[in-house]
Amino acid sequence: MRRSSRSLITLLLLFIAGLVAGPAMAQQSLNVQIVGGVKSATPVAVVPFAQQGAPLPTDIADVIRNDLNRCGKFRSLAVSEIVEQPSQGSDIKFATWRLLKQDYIVIGRIKDAGNGMVTVEYELWDVNRQQRLLGNAMPPASISDLRGVAHQIADAIFQQITGIPGAFWTRIAYVTMVGSGNNATYSLIVADSDGYNPQVVARSHEALLSPKWSPDGTRIAYVSFESGNSAVYIQNITTGSRQLISGRAKGINSAPAWSPDGTKLALSLSYTGNPEIYVMDLGSRQETRLTRSLAINTEPVWSPDGQSIYFTSDRSGRPQIYRMSAGGGTPERVSFQGQQNLDAAISYDSKQTAMVQANGNVYRIAIVDQSLGGQVRFLSPGPIDESPSFAPNASMLIYAATDGARDVLYAVSNDGLVRQRLALADGDVRQPSWGPYRKQ
Amino acid sequence: MNKTVRIALVALLCVGAAACTKKQETKPQAPQQPETTTAPAQPGAGKYTAADLDTDACLKQRVVYFDFDKDEVKPEFQQIMQCHAKFLQDVPTSRMTLDGNADERGTREYNLGLGERRGNAVSSALQANGGSASQINVISHGKEKPVCREHNEDCWSKNRRVEIVYTAT
Repeated sequence: MRRSSRSLITLLLLFIAGLVAGPAMAQQSLNVQIVGGVKSATPVAVVPFAQQGAPLPTDIADVIRNDLNRCGKFRSLAVSEIVEQPSQGSDIKFATWRLLKQDYIVIGRIKDAGNGMVTVEYELWDVNRQQRLLGNAMPPASISDLRGVAHQIADAIFQQITGIPGAFWTRIAYVTMVGSGNNATYSLIVADSDGYNPQVVARSHEALLSPKWSPDGTRIAYVSFESGNSAVYIQNITTGSRQLISGRAKGINSAPAWSPDGTKLALSLSYTGNPEIYVMDLGSRQETRLTRSLAINTEPVWSPDGQSIYFTSDRSGRPQIYRMSAGGGTPERVSFQGQQNLDAAISYDSKQTAMVQANGNVYRIAIVDQSLGGQVRFLSPGPIDESPSFAPNASMLIYAATDGARDVLYAVSNDGLVRQRLALADGDVRQPSWGPYRKQ
Repeated sequence: MNKTVRIALVALLCVGAAACTKKQETKPQAPQQPETTTAPAQPGAGKYTAADLDTDACLKQRVVYFDFDKDEVKPEFQQIMQCHAKFLQDVPTSRMTLDGNADERGTREYNLGLGERRGNAVSSALQANGGSASQINVISHGKEKPVCREHNEDCWSKNRRVEIVYTAT
């Protein structure tokens, strides 16, 4: 009796905590649309998975098809053209799929594992060689988590064919704003990489900015204006527990960036008079100031090896990207094309740097490719694009754009040819950040 | 799932017709101040009191606008600087926050820096006219608090601003 009333109180407290900044709550879904397609992409047929019993909430083959399509490297056969539905390797008539000009075929079966759980088995076949490349049974999963299972299968297919780990089974964080002025509600949301399963991490009537995933995917650092001024917090996305990292009353507290080992946070703080880059050791809370100039120094980001920090500075008159040692030292300018360059993002292999490049009033996402001798290519059309963030395998990139009166997100294939628009029916979506590979 | 599909359909309908997005265009609900040609601050006249904030033609002007990419307080706002600085002097208990803002061009984090620069410029101008730094607090909102959300210079010019907000008198 006593015990149960105590747990009731605990529950109640958890609920109250949840109202402020709390354990993830379900949230309105984003509209998801895929635009474009690539003729040269590899054709794959993903046959509907065989299943007995009550229909499931998720069409696994459909989730896999969308994943493969939106990364730009594959072109999945339309369901209407899938004329046969084999579910075992021995049932595949390869002549049919050759005639349909498919390079690969994916088949699968869903088996009831009891207690609302199912086991999903799948196979990937090379149509021309008539050879099985993959044949796996996924661990039993709840029917409410079948999108996650489908993303993991898409990852395995992607890796088998391209040699690069897939990044479909990952999450994104972003900020939504619904209403305006004093009635605005900002939400920090975490969702699957395709925009499904949105969960609220934090909510405020003042602006939320710059969410950044910890390298282990358990926490998000972000900026909140809830106190009236900007302040940087770190929040555990599972428990909702939160730490104030920098909330000085004077100046800007902003632009958090995790070191690759997760032990430090780079920040932009302006309590000395202008925004400078600092690094805080999260264990000791010790801050080290890295820049000294009268300019704006912000948007720090670590190189994947943790040795350098890139940042935006207008010390030369207009904002450009600079790089310095993660321990400090003299920064060197690294962006030279375009009138302005801001907010760098670095791919996992350091070969590509994405940034916002401005010419006149047009702000577009540009990628500087070191493996192509520093060649610059534009990934987005503008005019007000920002916040580039790479998927952990750099096969895709997500960024924020303004479409008329609405702020929306686009997830785009690395070649820029396939774009997925993520929008809210009655609000703005901003500040995307692509999370790391998932472990669970 | 159902909900998602329904919302997606609404979006599809909107894609074809540009008018659909236009309709949601935000109405500029700018607390636009009248042009800055009003009332001379009466230098040397009697001391300001808290009541003058609501009645004095100069003190009622609380928004300073800036040119693109600039943080200089333009000459036409000098008069406003003078009367607010005089108010800070005459009412030593008064405190103000300068809310610095930027237009939508440029990234959110960089614009926090630009908004702060403008707030600091107004703070310097007030101090140059006799206000005390201890009475002034600068907060930058970057481009997070636009008064107008259209994508043109007319709208941008309304957003490049510092708002003077009295927090104590």
